[in-house]
Amino acid sequence: MQVNEYKPLIVAFCCNWCSYAGADLAGNNRLNYPADVKIIRVPCSCRVNPMFVLRAFQRGADGVIICGCHPGDCHYTSGNYYTRRRMAALFSMLDYLGIEKERTRVEWVSAAEGAKFAATMNDFVETVTALGENKRLEDLRCKK
Amino acid sequence: MRKCKAEKLNDIFALIAQDMTLYLPVDTEGGAAFTKWNENVKYSESLNTVRSPKDFFFPQTENLMAFKTEGKNIEIIDTRSETEDFAVFGVRACDTKSFDVLDRVFLSDPVDSYYANRREHGVIISVACTRPSETCFCTAFDIDATSPQGDISVWKTETDVYFEANTEKGAALMEKLSALTEDCDNTAVESAKESTKAILSRLPLKDLKLSAFGGGKTMELFENEAWDELSQSCLGCGTCTFVCPTCQCYDIKDFNTGNSVVRFRCWDSCMYSDFTKMAHGNNRLTQKERFRQRFMHKLVYYPENNDGLFSCVGCGRCLAKCPISMNIVKVIKKIGGKTNE
Amino acid sequence: MQKITREQLIDKASKLLSNGTVSCVLGWKLGDFDYDVTPAVFNTVEELNEGFVFNDFCGANFSKYLVAKTGKVDGKILVFLKPCDTYSFNQLLTEHRFDREKVYAVGIPCEGMADIAKVKAICGEGVLAIGTDGEKMTVATLYSDEPALIDAKDVLAERCENCKSKKHVAYDELLGEEGDVIESNRFDEVAKLEAMSADERFAFWQNELSRCIRCNACRDACPACTCEKCVFDNPTSGVENKSPANSFEEKLFHIIRAYHVAGRCTDCGECSRVCPQNIPLHLLNRKFIKDMNEFYGEYQAGAEVGMRAPLVDYTTEDLEPGEVFDRRDTDA
Repeated sequence: MQVNEYKPLIVAFCCNWCSYAGADLAGNNRLNYPADVKIIRVPCSCRVNPMFVLRAFQRGADGVIICGCHPGDCHYTSGNYYTRRRMAALFSMLDYLGIEKERTRVEWVSAAEGAKFAATMNDFVETVTALGENKRLEDLRCKK
Repeated sequence: MRKCKAEKLNDIFALIAQDMTLYLPVDTEGGAAFTKWNENVKYSESLNTVRSPKDFFFPQTENLMAFKTEGKNIEIIDTRSETEDFAVFGVRACDTKSFDVLDRVFLSDPVDSYYANRREHGVIISVACTRPSETCFCTAFDIDATSPQGDISVWKTETDVYFEANTEKGAALMEKLSALTEDCDNTAVESAKESTKAILSRLPLKDLKLSAFGGGKTMELFENEAWDELSQSCLGCGTCTFVCPTCQCYDIKDFNTGNSVVRFRCWDSCMYSDFTKMAHGNNRLTQKERFRQRFMHKLVYYPENNDGLFSCVGCGRCLAKCPISMNIVKVIKKIGGKTNE
Repeated sequence: MQKITREQLIDKASKLLSNGTVSCVLGWKLGDFDYDVTPAVFNTVEELNEGFVFNDFCGANFSKYLVAKTGKVDGKILVFLKPCDTYSFNQLLTEHRFDREKVYAVGIPCEGMADIAKVKAICGEGVLAIGTDGEKMTVATLYSDEPALIDAKDVLAERCENCKSKKHVAYDELLGEEGDVIESNRFDEVAKLEAMSADERFAFWQNELSRCIRCNACRDACPACTCEKCVFDNPTSGVENKSPANSFEEKLFHIIRAYHVAGRCTDCGECSRVCPQNIPLHLLNRKFIKDMNEFYGEYQAGAEVGMRAPLVDYTTEDLEPGEVFDRRDTDA
């Protein structure tokens, strides 16, 4: 194994009610997904302010994924519908500025979908690993 | 005085750039801007750059130091790097005068070592104006646009470029350029000066009088009722302060990088609501007070502390760039009252 | 170029002042040069006659001033609104930012405003006087004996070249004739950028945004930016920063600013007009407008009072964020 193999840093914002429980289930079922994914629990996916996404990139994230309940299943009735619009607009803007669109993603994962959570994270980490380090939204001051 | 053919100017640039980084005005999408010279950039003949050359000595942001903590230890890291020699070509007379203003702030005790370091390493090559603009009012501050200061003064005519060293640093650089230049007298320069002076005498703002301002006028002008009217449409943005060659206020801030703290300083603007904010809050609560601060500082407080020297050089950048066209000329005319009629 | 004259506006304002309908007038005041126009409050007919001006350089959008000014005066303020200003006016009313009862709005027709930078690009520096004569402009400079004669349409500001509407969507009284919403090409530039590769787009914005000096003029002139305390001025927000310390900070500021006004931006173009570094900031706002039109149906902020902006609304059938790119890639 190579010593300096590139490991991306992935920030996953997971909603408390579905996706975080989904991650838990993935763990309980001993499903593998890379340790490069750092989960931040949020009360609802719509708690994720666009600034959170940018700040994650600033502090060294190579990819940001937002996970919430499936549309229609939001614990707060409609939070994830707002997330869907907000992130569609934000991701489109980041792409417009030339930032690789593969670095951002929204995925709906329910509490029962441990397998989907693991598969999503595996896929996302693989995609971001292929892209390499985040150079276009980096803040050099935050690099060690 | 030395001279060379106008078409040889690029060779002069190349020779200067051998030993030091050379910056000169180049036209960009954002207007003229000082840019690092290379063979492919073209010297801009435009009158003034959008940003002033103060950037080279007092950059908008600069890291002062960094801190790292490990357990109970705090490591302090000096992030200063020794500045390399550089030259700035094409500085106008007004902007060279601005260094007098900045020097009095940064080089008086306690000396600002960051600024002093850059001043020591920088050579200022000024260029005399030939086509002043309607927004120019350097004459009000007794600046002669046809005889700019700086380490080397340069005059350009259609066919030739003339050089005159004013300081030791300038003389040393001229010595290096001796192979490309030849001795000459100053007849051509004098006649160029005369024709520019003829234009200067036709400038619309040439009669601006500053007799109402200066040290000791604080009590007289502070409560002038015109401040209300003048400041009423000010948006409170920092455009005027950031394009100004003499504005020198800065803030020192800490940035938490997640693994250390970077202490940096950056330009601040008295137009901002959080300017000089202290533990008790802000001492200027309204835009009128902030607006007044800017102009009182330039026209009264600064001269009071600096032998009558105004901290405005009449470059006209704020006239050109203010989003709502409120500027120091309007302040001088309104508050100066009768002296400008 | 303008069809309505200074005299007509002074006449209207004088009448409204004299009969007590309004107590002051928000208008444009002439400075030292013909292009040098400052927004100002006029309290008397004498002040109007002395300093009021209306010409091709009266671009400033007055709507935002109403937020601060309506709280300060007794009685009503007379405000002159160009068609594009009326959209901002409505948007601010939607957000309850000022009291409609304290304003008397007079809609005035606009033939497009001129950009002094374009005038100087054609005629050179040293502009002494600018006169208008129908579709032509006369420009006298320090360096020409005869005034230059130029086409007014050649010096039209970018936002006016791509004018979206000559229709006033709000007023108490209208001077001149009502115009219509126009089919503009305002999204062409955005589409051109979208058609580029990600690398090209990145290079484009890197070059543009690197010129930013964080003077905040775009924010402070913007009629949609009316927060009492901006997140970027608030030391406790964690993102407050007074300077574009590096390329990340430049992007952060402009992405977030555009995002904060997304769905509320009426595309009045003030941000690009006031930028001292000529950064095409309207292209960020227009991207959001174009996207939202395409994703969620046509929406013009400020067209009516009380509309619900796309980002504070939803349907259960909205497209997924990932589909945004699938759509574009299949289109291409």
